[in-house]
Amino acid sequence: MINEFAIANASISSQNCIRKTRKGKIKITSKSTKEYVIKLTILILLVLTVCAFLSFDYKNIDLAKAISETWSNVKVLLGEPKLSYSTLPNVFKALWITFSLGILSTISGAVIGILGALLCAKNIANHIIANIIKSFVAFIRAFPTILWVLIFTVAAGLGSVAAVVGLTFHSAGYLIKAYAESMEEIDGGAIEALKSSGAGFWQIAFQAVLPSSISRMVAWTFLRFEINFINALAVGAAAGAGGIGYDLWMAGNFYFDLSELGFITYITVFSVIILEIVATQVKINVR
Amino acid sequence: MSIVEFRNVNKIYNKTTKALTDVSFSVEKGEFVSIIGPSGSGKSTILRCINRLVDATNGKILFNGYDVSYAGKREIRQVRKKIGMIFQHYNLVERLSVIENVLHGRLGHKSTISGMLGYYSEQEKEKAFSIIEKLGLIEQAYKRCDELSGGQKQRVSIARSIMQEPSLILCDEPIASLDPNASKIIMDQLNNINKTMNITCILNLHQVDVAMRYSQRIIGLTSGKIVYDGPPETLTKEKIYDIYQSNEGELITDVG
Amino acid sequence: MLVEKMNINNHLQKDNRSQKQISIFIKRKRIFLITFLIVIVLYAAASIATNYDAIKGLASIPKAIVWITKNLIPNEKSWERLPKILSKLIESSLLSVAVTVCAAACAFPFSLLGTRTVKVNLWIARIVRITAAFFRNVPSVVWAILLLFSFGQNILTGFLALFFTTFGMLTRAFIESIDEVSSNCVEALNAAGATSLQTVFHGIIPSSMPQLVSWILYMIELNIRDSTLIGLLTATGIGAMFDLYYKRMDYGSASLVVIFIVILVIGIELISNKIRKVIM
Repeated sequence: MINEFAIANASISSQNCIRKTRKGKIKITSKSTKEYVIKLTILILLVLTVCAFLSFDYKNIDLAKAISETWSNVKVLLGEPKLSYSTLPNVFKALWITFSLGILSTISGAVIGILGALLCAKNIANHIIANIIKSFVAFIRAFPTILWVLIFTVAAGLGSVAAVVGLTFHSAGYLIKAYAESMEEIDGGAIEALKSSGAGFWQIAFQAVLPSSISRMVAWTFLRFEINFINALAVGAAAGAGGIGYDLWMAGNFYFDLSELGFITYITVFSVIILEIVATQVKINVR
Repeated sequence: MSIVEFRNVNKIYNKTTKALTDVSFSVEKGEFVSIIGPSGSGKSTILRCINRLVDATNGKILFNGYDVSYAGKREIRQVRKKIGMIFQHYNLVERLSVIENVLHGRLGHKSTISGMLGYYSEQEKEKAFSIIEKLGLIEQAYKRCDELSGGQKQRVSIARSIMQEPSLILCDEPIASLDPNASKIIMDQLNNINKTMNITCILNLHQVDVAMRYSQRIIGLTSGKIVYDGPPETLTKEKIYDIYQSNEGELITDVG
Repeated sequence: MLVEKMNINNHLQKDNRSQKQISIFIKRKRIFLITFLIVIVLYAAASIATNYDAIKGLASIPKAIVWITKNLIPNEKSWERLPKILSKLIESSLLSVAVTVCAAACAFPFSLLGTRTVKVNLWIARIVRITAAFFRNVPSVVWAILLLFSFGQNILTGFLALFFTTFGMLTRAFIESIDEVSSNCVEALNAAGATSLQTVFHGIIPSSMPQLVSWILYMIELNIRDSTLIGLLTATGIGAMFDLYYKRMDYGSASLVVIFIVILVIGIELISNKIRKVIM
């Protein structure tokens, strides 16, 4: 039997196609900028990480002691949840307030988001206006949410207004980008057909663009609501709007009560997980 | 001795879906066998049971006389390295070079560590080059696989399986995503490998005409049962309609 | 006669069809109306619960803009603080890079156990997914409050608080990317007799690396923004800096902090978009 592929008689006629290393070994990898950039990125990130650990001011912390203390704290936190300062109805009321802050900022963000996205989706909008809005939105998004909220606490006073408006800024910026991307993903044919029949901007927007991108937009909205809920938790306390974040802060930094902190943490985590499940279900169902 | 033997093999997915019912057949060394049948009739399951990518529910599957159904992790690896496999979607690591993908065929022959680190001997590299030269890919050796056409990718995956020095090659719809021209090249190569290297080939095919032209033997499968097993000459039109469970004249196939 | 009958039948069919079309329109309108009503009711209920006044909210925006243009302008005194602000800014951005890199290094091997591609064990995979969900959903604020107990106002408090959430998010993202990108080539490597460690190094890493790097870059962006909040709580980094100036009503310096945060975030977003464009 002739075995022309056997190792022993491996003969290659076009030897010039084989590249060799300096040591005379055959190279097997391909040269490509993509791989190079990936490797470079990872290398830079690793170097930055090492720099970070060398430059941190650890304030002579006793790491072993801190870790063992934290571990026993976690055991109390998760193992013995109990309410002693607040009551269950109060906790649920606070949860509802945080939830409401999330709702308000998501709805306002979504309304602004739809209008903004129609003006900056590449396939329907005027390019100059679109670019201006897109850069403006990128600018808004660059502010951490907490900064917006703190700025508004001075301008509008402590309370829910500062929290909601502050949260709305970031979610509007996020949703404009997300909605515009969903609109850009739709099939160009429908828009072309309407354009050729002489439809105007708003007709195209309401007859072609919104109906075909609505499912993706709903999915994005629920995702944002989940994020807004977590943000409202942190920000509600800072803006004086109350909510579950305030209860967490009081339990941890005022009463120093780990069991209370644990109880509220459980409730928070459960509600976030429920929101995540709802968001995933919506994402599956609207597709 | 037959290289593959199925004895009363059943496969049930998720406790309810019957994929294979009482399948028995054997393939002799050096044969070129095509399995035809409608989508979902269990063609892929048969192939994947041989190298244990899928576990059969019950029955015996012998490879070179060795019962693979009771094989442990290490034994499965020993079986798999002697069986090459070619997929419809090529299943290459698209971001690596052609030659690296071909060398992946050697991983089964190496220890975990040296394979993990990618230590290939010069002899292995030379062999890889000689294989792709014979398959007409030497110019593309250092290209990344995502730069290749579908037919070229499938030739890379053939090279990868030859690199294993297998005694059997399983082809799961090897030409289903290719144009007629590329399909012919791939089928000719497989035929050539079968003839010159005496490697047994078992193919799943959708194209009845291709199966009839190339194979020495055809197995027809309908909803998990073998309904035809014999040479292409005795596979009549009526039998094909029977396999695909369709009425006369509804199939787009040129039986000649 | 017969022809007439057929004509009538045809007419009836057409009628039926158009009725169906109308009913789809009515249905769509109804769904739209119901959703609209639910949104309005939710909005009203939420407004009552939080004492939120939409008109006051709208009115606060021009007020805020006026206030910003009057007060949030860097003055001469604040420029003197620039070196201090910059050093804190560098500290915060290094922190977010270090957090993300460490979390990614832990999340990658962990996520391998949770993928369908590697198929280690059904139960281990389930445990991995639940653990990831837990870490992802405990807000970093809670971690910060908890860690303050024993770590005090230390940079490690912020590091760990961000680390846990990042670890959870990256684990899920990695699992999804690997299952999406690598399952095909891993099947082929398995069929060739490769061991699981070999498939990781020759199949999963080369094929999913761009996706993984893209996720890491995204998490760095997110962590730089989040580190401001965590910094406020743990009195470290740029967040604490802002808080300090803000409470002292030194708005000039506070504005300088804000400006540099924004420049940093936009800069990092631009760089990572560039990298993404090249590697994907």
